[in-house]
Amino acid sequence: MSHEAHPRVGHVLPLSTLFAVLGTLLVMTFVTVAVSWFDFGRFNLWIALGIAVFKASLVLLFFMHLKYDKPFNAIVIILSMALVMLFIAITLTDTTQYEPQRIPGYAPSIKTNPQ
Amino acid sequence: MMSHEHSPHLQHHFDTPEQQFDAGKLGIWLFLATEILLFGGLFCAYAIYRANHPEIFLYAHQFLDKVLGGTNTVILLCSSLTMAWAVRASQLGQRKLLITLLSLTLLGGCGFMGIKYVEYKAKWEHGLLPGTHFAPHEESTGGPGHGPGETPEHGKRPSNVQLFFGIYFLMTGLHGLHVLAGMGAIGWILVRSVKGHFGPEYFTPVDFVGLYWHLVDLIWIFLFPLLYLIS
Amino acid sequence: MTPKNHYLNHTSGFASWAFTLDHKRIGVMYLVATLSSFLLGGLAALAVRTELFSRGPTIMDADTYNKMFTLHGAVMVFLFIIPSIPAALGNFVLPLMLGAKDVAFPRLNLMSFWLWIIGAVFCIGAVVAGGVDTGWTFYTPYSTTTNTNVIATTLGVFILGFSSIFTGLNFIVTIHKLRPSGMTWFKMPLFLWALYGTALIQVLATPVLGITLLLLIAERALGVGIFDPALGGDPVLFQHFFWFYSHPAVYIMILPAMGIISEVISIHSRKHIFGYRFIALSSIAIAAFGFLVWGHHMFVSGQSGMANVIFSALTFSVAIPSAIKVFNWLATLYKGDIHLTTAMIYALMFMITFGIGGLTGLHLGALAVDIHLHDTYFVVAHFHYVMFGGTVIALLSGLHHWWPKMFGVMIDERLGRIAAFLIFVGFNTTFFTQFMLGSHGMPRRYYDYLPQFAIYHRISTLGSYVMACGFFLIAYYLLRSLFRGEAAPMNPFGGNSLEWHTSSPPPYDNFTVTPIAEDPYDYDNLVGDEVSGYKSRTYEGAKA
Repeated sequence: MSHEAHPRVGHVLPLSTLFAVLGTLLVMTFVTVAVSWFDFGRFNLWIALGIAVFKASLVLLFFMHLKYDKPFNAIVIILSMALVMLFIAITLTDTTQYEPQRIPGYAPSIKTNPQ
Repeated sequence: MMSHEHSPHLQHHFDTPEQQFDAGKLGIWLFLATEILLFGGLFCAYAIYRANHPEIFLYAHQFLDKVLGGTNTVILLCSSLTMAWAVRASQLGQRKLLITLLSLTLLGGCGFMGIKYVEYKAKWEHGLLPGTHFAPHEESTGGPGHGPGETPEHGKRPSNVQLFFGIYFLMTGLHGLHVLAGMGAIGWILVRSVKGHFGPEYFTPVDFVGLYWHLVDLIWIFLFPLLYLIS
Repeated sequence: MTPKNHYLNHTSGFASWAFTLDHKRIGVMYLVATLSSFLLGGLAALAVRTELFSRGPTIMDADTYNKMFTLHGAVMVFLFIIPSIPAALGNFVLPLMLGAKDVAFPRLNLMSFWLWIIGAVFCIGAVVAGGVDTGWTFYTPYSTTTNTNVIATTLGVFILGFSSIFTGLNFIVTIHKLRPSGMTWFKMPLFLWALYGTALIQVLATPVLGITLLLLIAERALGVGIFDPALGGDPVLFQHFFWFYSHPAVYIMILPAMGIISEVISIHSRKHIFGYRFIALSSIAIAAFGFLVWGHHMFVSGQSGMANVIFSALTFSVAIPSAIKVFNWLATLYKGDIHLTTAMIYALMFMITFGIGGLTGLHLGALAVDIHLHDTYFVVAHFHYVMFGGTVIALLSGLHHWWPKMFGVMIDERLGRIAAFLIFVGFNTTFFTQFMLGSHGMPRRYYDYLPQFAIYHRISTLGSYVMACGFFLIAYYLLRSLFRGEAAPMNPFGGNSLEWHTSSPPPYDNFTVTPIAEDPYDYDNLVGDEVSGYKSRTYEGAKA
């Protein structure tokens, strides 16, 4: 049995933290399914996304060690998510503007020639 | 304490093990960022089509089985636990525990892909395929989520429903490919664990494969409500 | 002067190069690979220009013409211009500038190169199998319905994308973690700031290209229907996806070029760079703003009016950090001791040609003007002025600047000047006429044209031949220098960044004495000249 039970680098997650996080994740999964039975109108999507973001944060901070890591690693992943949101926001703004003018399904049938 | 008696794991262009470990971590996080952006494109397509045609998404998602999807979510979350625990085990030199946990994680991956197979097969049988292949069987009484004898109220089918299934197969398909790749990586780490390559001196491959696996879980955390739980 | 044992002769044989982990060898291999692609893309360009010399068919039919300009565009963009400066010059110089032994992940670096080779094989294979005729932009719905080899080409580009991502990833980690103590962020040479900004874009933007191409392949192979209006899809969505990467990609092309110019202008005028912090931060600003303007490629594609206005306004902001750099370079030159080496000549040329290119970008960014100029030769001229007049000219500058370090030989300056003259005259003749063509209404990618455009096309084609002569001359004297060039000293141009504090060529592990990082633009402590080389008065390592 190794006498050096501690790693030279990196941080060791306590077991209690691991199980607490899993427990919370499973509870939130149950909540997100339960919530889908009710209708909150336009908030449905935001509630679902909010719960997903909360679960994702737990995975990122604890399972993926971001809470104990150098802050730049967190900046990297947050930056990538911000860029995705920027892309979605602007493209969505554009398409919702011109979409009502498109006549749905009117284009003549296009034969595809897969290569 | 002298922190660098020359470890065999220290590569020649790094000065200290800490520098090497930090560099590796940053590298893997940058790679995960690229994966986020890869899937981000698909989330964008989802957002656009759902915003412009909510009726398609509302109608078509009924053909997805929430129970199977929810089970898959639980499986992935548990496998994330076993993976994070496996990293801890490698850090503490607990070889037998490491092997057990990696095997359980792999089993979770198999379970996930098994359920995916069941779902895809059902779609195929009901003709619920993307694009030009969309050919729903009119006589079906509904998706696998409905019991025999139930007549589901799906409502009037809107035009271009195949759009939903295009998004569904693209997103879950790409995700599934990543699960398979992750399983391959875990298998490789498992073999090396059996050979005794990892311990407190050197565990970084386990750590990094773990991060990848958590990312796969992260993406599913978003896919599940967005595809299965639309109300 | 040339050391007996250096990275080129340290080991020999095919395997020692194919499986090397030495960043310098990988850089040299990339140099050969990207310059070969430049040759291929250049020949395609000459074919295109020859066809356009007269109206109607000249040397090929219309379908072949479409495949030829697609080949030119795809090879030049994906095989040459995106990898060239970062992967060839960057790989060689970056660790040296950091006083490091290698990049952070040498095996990943080798994998980047192999991926480039595999991607190139797919693309060339697609050409051999009959080519692609969609234009390098692969717009739907044509790209989803044409029966040319779209899937093979897009798979090749997908693989090339990963080559680019891994290079960027490697550079970011190397700059963060392998800087020597004493070299804080604001003490790095500006080429490294430029490479850092480039690497950020490579890592963040290229995956979106990846998903775009996967979607295109899925559309063709599986009939998914996401871009097909008959199935409820939206073809303009492809353009949003495509340009979200491809606009930042042009900053991948120009940022490293600007980094080279910062180095060359300072060293070859023996003057400290002016406005270091502004130039450094403007590299990051360009990378950031570059993500906000992709819609300016889509002003007439059916994009909404609101998006059009937003993108047009943001496009003007992108010009500002670039202009900041140009003014700082001018201020550096002012009262400097300018040596008109070939490297410096190209750097000065850059200021003119990139200046024109950048300014004409403003014409195109202005929404009302772009309505008339979109898809005309004005656009073609603009992007050739920035990509060629910018990136290629800067690449030539960097190549002449670092050639002695890389290969231990000096270049024939007289031939260098002649070639630079040929390229300057040829380039401007070819492309300035295209501004006129475009503003008079000649559309791009057209096989045939109206009689009033003939004279401009003829002049443009003749210019391209003059340019080609310039390039063949460069190839000649560069190759000749490898065999007959005079031995290069350690520091022929008097630079103070760390790559000049080791032998030319460097030893296998970069430095025999670990260098100490000082201000890279401080030339006061250097003595010597271009013939025998410069040496530092104060620092030991240079005497090794």
